[in-house]
Amino acid sequence: MCIWAERWRRVPVALALGLAVLVTHAQTTARSASNGTYPGIGRAALPAEIAAWDTDVRPDFKGLPAGSGTVAQGMVVWESKCESCHGIFGESNSVFTPLVGGTTAADVNSGRVARLTDAGYPGRTTLMKLATLSTLWDYIHRAMPWNAPRSLSVNDTYAVTAYMLNLGRIVPDEFTLSDRNMAATQALIPNRHGMSTDHGLWPGRSLGNKGRPDVQGSACMADCGAESRVVSSLPTHARDAHGNLAQQQRLVGPQRGADTSRAPPALPNGGPAQAATAVPAPTAATMAASAAPAGSSADALALARKHNCLTCHGVANRIVGPSLVEIGRKYSGQADAATYLAQRIVAGGSGVWGSIPMPAQTLPAADAQALAQWLAQGAGK
Amino acid sequence: MISHRPPRYIGRQLNPSPSLEPQAPPGRLIKAPENFISGEDVAAVRREARVGRRDFIRSAFAAAVAGAAVPVVPVQAQAQAHSQAGDPNILQLPEHTRGLGQGVATDGYGRPSQYEANLQRRPSPGLTQTTQSSVSFAPLQSLFGIVTPSGLHFERHHQGWWDIDPTKHRLMLGGSDAALMKRPMVFTMDELMRLPSVSRFHFIECGANTGMEWGNVAVPTCQYSHGMLSCSEFTGVPLKLLLDMAGADYARGRFVLAEGADGSGMTRTIPMEMVESGEVLVAYGQNGEMLRPENGYPLRLVVPGVQGVSWVKYLRRIEVGDMPYAAKDEALHYIDLMPSGLHRQYSSVQECKSVVTTPSGGQVLLARGFYSINGLAWSGRGKVRRVEVSVDGGRHWRTARLQSPVLDKCLTRFSLDWVWDGKAALIQSRASDDTGYVQPTYRQLRAVRGTRSIYHNNAVQTWLVQESGEVGNVHLG
Repeated sequence: MCIWAERWRRVPVALALGLAVLVTHAQTTARSASNGTYPGIGRAALPAEIAAWDTDVRPDFKGLPAGSGTVAQGMVVWESKCESCHGIFGESNSVFTPLVGGTTAADVNSGRVARLTDAGYPGRTTLMKLATLSTLWDYIHRAMPWNAPRSLSVNDTYAVTAYMLNLGRIVPDEFTLSDRNMAATQALIPNRHGMSTDHGLWPGRSLGNKGRPDVQGSACMADCGAESRVVSSLPTHARDAHGNLAQQQRLVGPQRGADTSRAPPALPNGGPAQAATAVPAPTAATMAASAAPAGSSADALALARKHNCLTCHGVANRIVGPSLVEIGRKYSGQADAATYLAQRIVAGGSGVWGSIPMPAQTLPAADAQALAQWLAQGAGK
Repeated sequence: MISHRPPRYIGRQLNPSPSLEPQAPPGRLIKAPENFISGEDVAAVRREARVGRRDFIRSAFAAAVAGAAVPVVPVQAQAQAHSQAGDPNILQLPEHTRGLGQGVATDGYGRPSQYEANLQRRPSPGLTQTTQSSVSFAPLQSLFGIVTPSGLHFERHHQGWWDIDPTKHRLMLGGSDAALMKRPMVFTMDELMRLPSVSRFHFIECGANTGMEWGNVAVPTCQYSHGMLSCSEFTGVPLKLLLDMAGADYARGRFVLAEGADGSGMTRTIPMEMVESGEVLVAYGQNGEMLRPENGYPLRLVVPGVQGVSWVKYLRRIEVGDMPYAAKDEALHYIDLMPSGLHRQYSSVQECKSVVTTPSGGQVLLARGFYSINGLAWSGRGKVRRVEVSVDGGRHWRTARLQSPVLDKCLTRFSLDWVWDGKAALIQSRASDDTGYVQPTYRQLRAVRGTRSIYHNNAVQTWLVQESGEVGNVHLG
């Protein structure tokens, strides 16, 4: 105890000293108040810095750099960098929602995509929704390809944009898109008249109807003519579609999670009052795993997830490319399988499993090796 | 139905007959911690007072702890229910009462109890094909109050998340033409964090929250139906202050573009009015610490009341412009399809909404008797003014208690006493805000917006409490 007492005896002195410093500081502050200016903070942005980051293109095409690209050039870029996720014709639904489809020549004429009024039409593609060509150009240039954003040149971007419009039969095969004809091409966009700002959800006065809500609830408190028939609920077969809900709820408190690994409980005679005596203590069955399962297979799977392999390859099922188990099976007898597969992961390629190419991947060599080793050993199978 | 008397069915009377004195358990009795160091040890400490004292104390204490680690009571399964003799959880003192607990800084960044492992943010199976362009939902059904623990904050990434070195992160301000910004500027994090800051509580909700439920019931629990919602105390600098420094032209520049530094280069248009009001923040703090990487470390925009996609993460650029930008996530996504086939564009406000979090879908009530119906209400237009709760599917409503604080564009916790009689019940909540707007039902919402909008579903949620005690997600019609 004596050590602590000694230490604390010094505190009042220290506090007093601190206070003296504060008083002096307060007097200084009063003299040097910044009056809303903040000297020494921030600096001028250099023109080269602004150019490096300011790539946005607006609907009026302000910001659009000079350049051009043909449909044919776009096809080449598409096949090496876009097709693996978006499909040969931009129609693929396996990784992202489809880009192309659902638009007609009549839509190009009218500027409204008719299928958007058809609730029975299965999907909404990018070309069905697109109203501003600048959006497509800006986003491809800004963020594509998905795993290597900002790697497309300006001309590549014009070419890919032209190719997509060609897939949607909006421009002909021999078309060249450039900064000079973007505005003219905008006039062909099928859903160019399909947007409205006549709503109350813009939080300012510059657009829309200045915040007037389109729907208003009722404040009725008693004998309200409410709907009380259940018209929709989860079907029994979907009971565990989100996993066992018992493992997704707290283990203590007014409620527990429903054990959806079992059928819903039959109604007990006399109601559930007895249920209170059967509250289970936390067990492995009701507690979520707090960590991933140990072992090299789990580690490799985590690597596969981290490096985005599972986007195109299921462990046991084909998505865009072959399943990981299939790959393992194919090379299982090969002595240099791991080395070969590590090279293929890094370099990409096509032809072994079909025509859709696998893009080159950027990942640490050690990770590529670990993944290849795991694949060569059968990917956990 | 509503309790005005002391709650029934909760707790039980003490059983007076058996002695509350614990039976002497088998094995050695461990004394209270202050006696762990014997008188001899204390004397030795004093003898060694001038030389190596701290090391000596440390080793003496380590010996005492080692002694305490000897198990005292054989571990055995204990019945949950109390018998006539009394509850063994009371009668047999547990290990934690009779042993020495763990020391300080066992974990330099503390974690929740092992018994809370079920509380995780979770993706909805089948919703997305990739994890990098995806969403995980916060476990609202298990949270208290209004603040979301930062590690359970919902996630929405468009091209994967990053942990960015803050010493290399920059924020650039500019104009879409030279006249809109007199002095285009660059700031480091050091500089931004030197500026006067504010801390404010706000909710953030994805525009697509509850989007899976527009047409029919699609998900089982409150986590998946409403969990793209979180609330934090954010700390940062009003964007207005920075735009003033850089000389923005407020007369012509009525729109602001915010851009992120990640691969998606997320861009969204914000109205200048919101910046001028001082409420839009360039934020680095979240619940007393820095932002989490999944939530935009080291810098994100805070746009109170507006859907989460506008709260640009990894914020690196602000541009003042004279027209909206039609960025990908305001021209191809985050647009609301109406029955006419027109899309509503630049729909950004999250309108008044509420949800009962307990009892809610996927839960099981343990017994009849008293419950506190508990939930969250919020409005992107201001403060929650009132919440009403119905247990009969909306025929009769009672006014719920609002728990303080009730803040602008922030979650508000509400509750209502309820005695469950074991019969089926349809539980709903309905919020209104200080503009007079009342949260609509599905019928009211669908009559105007149809069922294909995806975004901005703020309909009244219904939970069906079945006679078995199991609670399900239902739509009424």
